[in-house]
Amino acid sequence: MEVSYYPGCSLHGMAVEYDQSVRAVCRTLNIALCELPDWSCCGASSAHFFDDELAVRLPARNMAIAEREGRELLVPCSACFQRLKHADKELKEDAARWIDGPYEGKAAIYHVNEFFDRPELIEIIKQNVKKPLRGLAGVAYYGCLSQRPPKITDAEDAENPTPMDNLMRAIGMDVRPWSYKTDCCGASLTLSRTGVVRKLSGNLLEAAQEAGAECLVTDCPMCQSNLDTRQAEIEAERGKQYNLPIFYLTELMALAFGEGKSAGWWKKHFVDPAPLLRGKGLL
Amino acid sequence: MLNDPATIDAPAIWPDSAFLTAVEARSGEKVSRCYQCRKCTNGCPVSFAMDLMPNQVMRMVQFGLEEEVLRSKTIWICASCQTCTTRCPNDIDIAHLMDSLRQLSRASGIAAGEEKVVKFHEAFLDSVRRHGRLFEFGMVGRYKMATLDLFSNIKIAWEMLKRGKLKFLPGKIKGKREVRQMFDKK
Repeated sequence: MEVSYYPGCSLHGMAVEYDQSVRAVCRTLNIALCELPDWSCCGASSAHFFDDELAVRLPARNMAIAEREGRELLVPCSACFQRLKHADKELKEDAARWIDGPYEGKAAIYHVNEFFDRPELIEIIKQNVKKPLRGLAGVAYYGCLSQRPPKITDAEDAENPTPMDNLMRAIGMDVRPWSYKTDCCGASLTLSRTGVVRKLSGNLLEAAQEAGAECLVTDCPMCQSNLDTRQAEIEAERGKQYNLPIFYLTELMALAFGEGKSAGWWKKHFVDPAPLLRGKGLL
Repeated sequence: MLNDPATIDAPAIWPDSAFLTAVEARSGEKVSRCYQCRKCTNGCPVSFAMDLMPNQVMRMVQFGLEEEVLRSKTIWICASCQTCTTRCPNDIDIAHLMDSLRQLSRASGIAAGEEKVVKFHEAFLDSVRRHGRLFEFGMVGRYKMATLDLFSNIKIAWEMLKRGKLKFLPGKIKGKREVRQMFDKK
């Protein structure tokens, strides 16, 4: 199976372990990732703040490339996913306004959780599990933009999504129920209003701990970064210890496939996941 | 007499529909449909940091309180999490409306209620305009120079550098000029 791949700026920078683990998972599953040639920034959280047209033009360039490539498009970053979906819908309505050439929407856009949570892939994923992550208790944290707004993301249940829960179960995890699956982490306010991010991300850590989770599992680079890199500050502010590793879903899938042991990506984390994984006999 | 205007201790507001009309035209969002159910405010994760609640913004737009809305912190604190948009029973894309109000605020010349939020997005877009992709290290540098907020987050940045999560050089793409033209097209 061949798919187009849009890593986005984060996966080439602060979320490099997400990129590495997506590639590792796809290798195991025999999915060839064809990085979109000469892709550019989607405009993310910023373009729509200042300019509605720019917020379509930036992702539309990438969708025009994806259209030429003609394959399904895998987009691991939630912000990129949402912006590309938005552009896709605008292009289907009036392609000539945004790009040269026709646009049929040949490249169906998938985010990581819904891409792997397809009946045909879930079966292959289960077959490839060499070491189920038994006894590892975690919560699925989706954040905002892979789900909302559903008129753009086409999410099946934006208030209570389940694809990541299904995938965590498929690799043997103990998935804890909680009510914060799609609560905001504070996202791009991280530099400009850091206190807001500490409060929102702190609430998530608190709720995860209460749910009996030993880790949070996410598929959004902004969420992972806020919860992981700011966890020490949050602990200091609240006078509490959370010590909750924040995993990308694909890191744990690769681990279950027997690919994660020597992977360098554990060292990219601020909250060191090695003690937890070693304690479970997984590393 | 509960409803006697003489007993209500608040300034009179004379509704002016010009602002409502302008906002609806720019955003395409039917703000006039809002009937104050407050789902937006009750689901908003950042309402604690706002000076106007989202439902108040809706009402104030209906009433034509232009300056109060455009100078508010609220329009910049909104994190675009899309919860209000998802839940609005009147199908008003409130998060998109916030974008439109930000744009109107910038065009009006009123000082932004949250200057640092503006500087962040300016630094982000400047980086994309220059390189075609976001260059995180350069963006953070520019943001710090613009806000003179030089010392916060230094430790996190250092830890990210050590882990290879911040690159010193921007990526290069062939479509750089094409991207720049998107910014300069007006």
